[in-house]
Amino acid sequence: MKQFEITPIIEGPKFGPIDTTFTNSSLWMMIAVLGVIVLFGLGSGRKLIPGRLQSFGEICYEFIMDMLRETTGPEAVKFFPLVFALFFFILFANLLGMNPWAFTTTSHLAVTAALSFFVVGMVFVIGIIKNGTRFFKIFAPSGLPFIMYFLIVPIEIISFIARPVALSVRLFANMMAGHVMLKVFAIFIAFLVGSGGVLAGAAIVPIIGTTAIVALEFLVAALQAFVFAILTCVYLNDVYHVDH
Amino acid sequence: MAAETKIVEDATKAAEASGGLPQLDFSTWSSQIFWLVISFGLLYLVLWRIILPRIGAGISERGDRIADDLDVASQMQKEAEEASIAYERVLANAKAKAHNIAETTRKSVDADIAAEVETAEASFAKKQVVADERIRDIRREALSNIDNVAKDAISAILAKFGNVKTTAAETNSAISKLKS
Repeated sequence: MKQFEITPIIEGPKFGPIDTTFTNSSLWMMIAVLGVIVLFGLGSGRKLIPGRLQSFGEICYEFIMDMLRETTGPEAVKFFPLVFALFFFILFANLLGMNPWAFTTTSHLAVTAALSFFVVGMVFVIGIIKNGTRFFKIFAPSGLPFIMYFLIVPIEIISFIARPVALSVRLFANMMAGHVMLKVFAIFIAFLVGSGGVLAGAAIVPIIGTTAIVALEFLVAALQAFVFAILTCVYLNDVYHVDH
Repeated sequence: MAAETKIVEDATKAAEASGGLPQLDFSTWSSQIFWLVISFGLLYLVLWRIILPRIGAGISERGDRIADDLDVASQMQKEAEEASIAYERVLANAKAKAHNIAETTRKSVDADIAAEVETAEASFAKKQVVADERIRDIRREALSNIDNVAKDAISAILAKFGNVKTTAAETNSAISKLKS
């Protein structure tokens, strides 16, 4: 799996457990970040009648804003830059990874897990800061018979702990599986063509398959970014609505 | 160069140790997370501090402008409606005035006609009375003339056929005897 390998570009010093080595992963993260900044930097004009880029910027702004308002509520507008950054960082990382020779930063569990634990940890910390101990009511929904709490509370706690795991594995596994599947189909093409004869002609089947999967992967790239962003909104909902 | 090779070797060894998946090679996690924090932090700061406020300001400015324009438009519409109401009031007044004038004119014309008809009728009646009088006079005259003619005729007849000379008084009395 050469495409997932992390190779150092610039050796960096280590500060305790922190390794500052600049790798291909770091490079593509920076490219994604700069891509988002350039796109929205150009798309943040303030003309009364917007051009194409400005229109695009405003559509994206309102798309994320509506998502946050509908899922979490108008009081969560504070988190708008975070959700916006998460969505477009993941979207750009996923889409850039679709280029041949590019490195898909989101196909690494380290990146998705760091983002997921950050989001869920942030929800936990801010939930406690805002609500105090009342925040723990999210584990005990009101209006149940007393005996049910012995069952519901552990389930709620486990599901809360599972959130970052599910969030990180969903994104990482989707991105990796897509790339692996593409690779398998592509290898199959090479194998069939290499065999020659009728089998070489049969290579048309995996060629069509690969093309279809490329299209599917573009969909998955956008969809997973959306899923990550909207789940962030759903989890942020707990901060503001402790009583389900 | 040597260090690089060593890291590659280490990574390869680690990858082999963890079943070949580079994702599960935990030696690269520290670097990935470090650069994720830097790049994502940079993205967050730029979006939060510079780009998103600009886009938001652009959208809200446009919203304000549209709201202002709509206000002005509704104001203008109200003024137009008021103007149209005023115009209609003026028009109605003018119509009422015109109607009044027509009515009074018609009434005065009617009165004039009636008065003229009345005077004409009165003069006709007078003339008729005079004419009746005259007819009556003429008739009376004619009747009295007939008496005289008859007397004259009787006198003439008597004189011619009977050689009787009669006086007017005798004929008169004879005629009045015949009449009664």
